Amino acid sequence: MKKVLAVASGGGHWIQLLRLRPSFEHHKVQFITTNKEFQKDVQNKLTAVTDANKWEKLKLVKMFAEVLLVVIRFRPDVIITTGAAPGFAAIFWGKFLGCKTIWIDSIANAGELSESGKRAKKYADVWLTQWKHLETSNGPKFVGSVI
Amino acid sequence: MIFITVGTQLPFDRLISAIDNIFESNKQQVLAQIGPTQLIPKNIEYTDFIKPTDIEGIYKKATLIVAHAGMGSILTALKYQKPIVVMPRRAEFKEHRNDHQIATAEWVKGLNGVTVAKDEIELKSLLKNQNINEGVEKISPFADDTFIRYLKDEIDF
Repeated sequence: MKKVLAVASGGGHWIQLLRLRPSFEHHKVQFITTNKEFQKDVQNKLTAVTDANKWEKLKLVKMFAEVLLVVIRFRPDVIITTGAAPGFAAIFWGKFLGCKTIWIDSIANAGELSESGKRAKKYADVWLTQWKHLETSNGPKFVGSVI
Repeated sequence: MIFITVGTQLPFDRLISAIDNIFESNKQQVLAQIGPTQLIPKNIEYTDFIKPTDIEGIYKKATLIVAHAGMGSILTALKYQKPIVVMPRRAEFKEHRNDHQIATAEWVKGLNGVTVAKDEIELKSLLKNQNINEGVEKISPFADDTFIRYLKDEIDF
């Protein structure tokens, strides 16, 4: 059994992550999201971090620190995320700490990859889009979608 | 009951004002989740946020959902097998950071039970004429098997 850290912001990102549960729920799982009330959806330990985007620098720093703390404490083998900023923070730290990192860009990004998705390339061992037409030979790869 | 939602993150006054106008003289019960905004609807019942623990009951009670073109709202409507009308946010009105909801709307048009209104005018005519795609098929609770299996292999080995 491995330790899997599953990360998603609230709203659509979180709902997409839940739809991927059968891929990791047989492991020891911990969740990170942006609202502690999402605990209602899962039995596993869940940590809520500050919701932040690139326009809110202070919040962003706080969120990165909160995510780092979880990564250090839980020491996951694998980090899987459907975005956005907290997911990026998780694979950013995870990559440095030797975790396997999986980025699944949100299905909402049908026109082009999300901004955090583009940045995630450097830190993701598995870098996926949910849109066939956004797949390229240098990644991201397309293998399917949540719906 | 018709449930209106702008999602949890950003206001979407263009949608809420339109709904407030459309239901001005209509006695249908409408509940709108309007997000962080100064706007005060005059004709409809509204709330800033709905607790995640309450959202399920509201979706179950609703007969129709009207929302921004956010994947959370769309996937939740399909999960509870409710028809949904979506109107995309637009970056030019500072309703979102970019125009990804227009791309989302373009794609979800093809799904059973999903109707797209490109703007307030189209929304008004759709709701007035009840020109709504109501044939919702229940979606499975999880992503398709090949996708799950691929991820499972990556995680397990």
